[in-house]
Amino acid sequence: MSAVFVYSLVGIGLFNLGLYALIIYPHLLRKILAVNIMGSGVFLVLVALAGRTASGVPDPVPHAMVITGIVVAVSATALALVLMLRVSAATGQPELPEEK
Amino acid sequence: MVILLPIVAALSCFLWPGRSIWIGLINTFTIVLSVAGLSLQVVEQGAGRYAVGGWEAPLGIALVSDGLSLLMLMVTAVVGLAISVYSSCYFNQDKARHFWPLWMLLWAALNALFLSADIFNIYVTLELMGLAAVALVALAGGKNSLGAAMRYLLVSLLGSLFYLLGVVLLYHSFGTVDMSLLAQRLESSPAVWAAMGLMTSGLLLKTALFPLHFWLPPAHGNAPAPVSALLSALVVKASFYILLRLWLEVFPVASFEAGQLLGLLGAAAVLWGGVLALRQTRLKLMIAYSTVMQIGYLFLAFPLASIAGWKAAVYLLLSHALAKTAMFMAAGNILLYEGHDRIAELDRVAQRLPMTLGAFALAGVSLMGLPPSGGFIGKWLLLEAAIRSGQWWWGIVLIAGGLLTGAYVFKVIGFAFTQSNLPHESRAVPIGMEWAALFMAMLAIGLGFIAPWILSIMDTGSPFGVATR
Amino acid sequence: MNWDAWLPLFIILISLLVALAIFPLAEEKVKTRISLNLGGALLKLVLVGFMLWGVYNGHHYETRLPFLPGLDLVLRADALSMLFVVLSTGLWFLTTVYAVGYLEDSPHRSRFFGFFSLCVTATIGVALAGNLITFLLFYELLTLATYPLIVHRGTEASRKAGRTYLIYTIGGGALLLIGTIWLYSLSGTLEFTTRGFLSAVDRSHHPALVIIFVLLIAGLGVKAALIPLHGWLPQSMVAPAPVSALLHAVAVVKAGAFGIIRVVYDVFGIEFSASLGVTLPLAIVAASTIIYGSLRALFQDDLKRRLAFSTVSQVSYIVLGIAIVGPLATIGGLVHLVHQGVMKITLFFCAGNLAETLGIHKVSEMSGVGKRMPWTMVAFTIGTLGMIGAPPLAGFISKWYLGMGALEAGQGWVVFVLAGSSLLNAGYFLPILYAAWFKEPVGNWPAERSFGHYETSLALLLPPLVTALLAVLLGLFASAPFSPYSWSQFITTLEYAP
Repeated sequence: MSAVFVYSLVGIGLFNLGLYALIIYPHLLRKILAVNIMGSGVFLVLVALAGRTASGVPDPVPHAMVITGIVVAVSATALALVLMLRVSAATGQPELPEEK
Repeated sequence: MVILLPIVAALSCFLWPGRSIWIGLINTFTIVLSVAGLSLQVVEQGAGRYAVGGWEAPLGIALVSDGLSLLMLMVTAVVGLAISVYSSCYFNQDKARHFWPLWMLLWAALNALFLSADIFNIYVTLELMGLAAVALVALAGGKNSLGAAMRYLLVSLLGSLFYLLGVVLLYHSFGTVDMSLLAQRLESSPAVWAAMGLMTSGLLLKTALFPLHFWLPPAHGNAPAPVSALLSALVVKASFYILLRLWLEVFPVASFEAGQLLGLLGAAAVLWGGVLALRQTRLKLMIAYSTVMQIGYLFLAFPLASIAGWKAAVYLLLSHALAKTAMFMAAGNILLYEGHDRIAELDRVAQRLPMTLGAFALAGVSLMGLPPSGGFIGKWLLLEAAIRSGQWWWGIVLIAGGLLTGAYVFKVIGFAFTQSNLPHESRAVPIGMEWAALFMAMLAIGLGFIAPWILSIMDTGSPFGVATR
Repeated sequence: MNWDAWLPLFIILISLLVALAIFPLAEEKVKTRISLNLGGALLKLVLVGFMLWGVYNGHHYETRLPFLPGLDLVLRADALSMLFVVLSTGLWFLTTVYAVGYLEDSPHRSRFFGFFSLCVTATIGVALAGNLITFLLFYELLTLATYPLIVHRGTEASRKAGRTYLIYTIGGGALLLIGTIWLYSLSGTLEFTTRGFLSAVDRSHHPALVIIFVLLIAGLGVKAALIPLHGWLPQSMVAPAPVSALLHAVAVVKAGAFGIIRVVYDVFGIEFSASLGVTLPLAIVAASTIIYGSLRALFQDDLKRRLAFSTVSQVSYIVLGIAIVGPLATIGGLVHLVHQGVMKITLFFCAGNLAETLGIHKVSEMSGVGKRMPWTMVAFTIGTLGMIGAPPLAGFISKWYLGMGALEAGQGWVVFVLAGSSLLNAGYFLPILYAAWFKEPVGNWPAERSFGHYETSLALLLPPLVTALLAVLLGLFASAPFSPYSWSQFITTLEYAP
């Protein structure tokens, strides 16, 4: 098993782990963390597969994409955290309120 | 230009909050002008391609304007114009400070999305759009809207990540993210299947197709009226647009079964959304469920897999954008006027807010698909496509949906004519808001008369101009 | 200016513009509103007269606008459309006068008259439609425009009546839409062509064509009040009298009947329909409606409901005439379109007068009213005698031709239906006349208001008298060149001649 393959598998695994955690845990902070883990999983796959070039030099384009992705993830996480604080301030607990 | 302008506007609103309203309005007009300019260019010269900073794909970002993008840009611009006018009257100074930068940001994201030529850029703009939308939903501030916003955010991120994973797989299979290059290089393989499944699921989540629609009613029902209008009219359509492009350009190998599945989900959405809309007691929630249902209509085009069907779906999309905006604006007016939006107690709104009710009624006509309106044209085209392809049962779903829509629209109108038993204090509604609602509704009707022109625009460039399977 | 291409559109636009102008008018601007209303109606009359003269002299009026890929919006003035257009426009003018008088001092008149004018627009559009898609467009527009008139009073009862109306008409509209699209996919065109355009369709599609026929007739039958689709009509009597007069004599029911005429003659063609075997079932449905409507009318005490069921019955005479394959029956059906309109509107005008002036809503309250409101009752009497079919009134002409046509086509049973229905008509109309003229008054009627020498305001009195007079004239002078009878003869020869 090549390194690329291992990394990709780990990446997919992280993705699924995150997905599971997102659905199962009611606490908002856990959900946000789960999403972040999913994101990391995707980035890992992206970077890992970048190593599979013919010449042995990794393809730089996926790296650029990952950097962009990280920026997006950071802003999203920031928004999510602020919202979580507001929600817990409004409802008293950091969980998604029951659907009205 | 159409992308830069709103970004600049957003920044300036942020920096000078006191002047937000003016900055927003001026920018709205300039954006509309730019879109008009672009339209002229496309109509005369055909589809165009522009590389940002001179850097072509695969490294740079390319922008493409063809018929479909153009229509999306135009409808965004028209809706945007109305929303800007409406919001300038709707929000008080405090909320306005936050609303305008976010709205400009959203507009920038939408325009960028519609012009994108590669799937990774689409991801970025999709995320940006989602974040702006979530923030807008949270503007109202109460427990309900905050909860709805949080849910929407998590859903949005989830959908984007699914989509991104699909992008990753595609890139590594074919070495490019540019859509036209992908279309040339694509061959069927498990990776492609996985990618297609992932991207479709992610986008379905964002478009709120049944059964992934659970986040939509709370978000659209609890947001401030102009935000609800933006969400229902434009934001959910953006992900549908991406789905459409992907299916038509990048995945022509899509199987028959997948199309049928989407059609089935669409049919379920129509029936489920329609029945639930009928059962709502609050106006804005009813309109939100109506959106769930109308989105189902759009997916009925998938099993038909014919150019006529796709065009019909796009036409339905355009009319829905206009009509739904009008409807949410009307609901916002009523909410302001009566202080509540309970349907059974609308108390002769017909007398006291005739323009608003007229807007609601006309929008309802388009949603029902009654002539003369854009909705009727879309419905007719879709029915025709269904009958011609021999799959007429989708047509039955469409008709049933029209009847359901009629039921809940006229329920509201019936109550609006009759007197309620409870007395109400009423606040005045700014005339700008009423005019904005009426204007959009009239446009929805007007769309019923310019079908030949719109359809010819759709033919410019891909995905309808080139021969598909 | 090429009149031939734009006149149909102009005629429709007039009432649309009047509607748009009236909507924003403040309630107090009575004079402005009345002048807009009457001015518009008069202008329309003039233009229609002009068009009529033009058609007579061989002008070909047609407006054509692109609408959908492969389908245009077509407005065309042919002989059949002129029949309906003239009826609508003329009766509209009279109804406007009546409505002004009836709604004096009631709230929301601007809204009422705005939608009123929209109804005209839609009806004329239905009449002038040159293909099925244009017809469909204006037909649905008619539904939308009439709904606010039904719920005008704003009570719980009117809301429910409006809801019933919508359930029936929007459902009917859906059926009509399905039928139209299916037809289009089979035949590739929807233009109204004398003697139909479907004979070229392949034999294997004939079963589908039968289903399409049923769908179209069902969709149209809702408005035309064929049983069992008639339920909305008696319920919508909660609307003000001008609305009932409008719906039952001119706009909605006639639009439905007119649609059926178009479908049978100009889409399928009478010979083709007969060969498909759909004409006999249609005749049976029409006949059942005739009898059923008359039977229900017998048991109604509320005057307007009795008239409503009478309408259900009478409009089916038209459908019966269409469904019997033969030129005489066609003449009977077509001419009844006009005659029934004139007679029924008289009756509704009178009913409205009784309600407005004396507060009478029920038949049982009508004893002795002939002494108090003689002119109204004269008009009422003429109307009812015409309905029963007494010569020399207009109703007699229609029934005569229907009967003759039935015999000519070998459908003798129809004569029994006609005779039975006339008896029933007499059964529910004559007692009213007797009570009104010959019995002593029993109701508490308000004291005489001063209308000058007249029993009620002129605006309420003159229209029924005019229409009653018309009913007499149409019967007496049926063979005059411009009469509806001669016109119907002309249309029939186009349809049947080899």
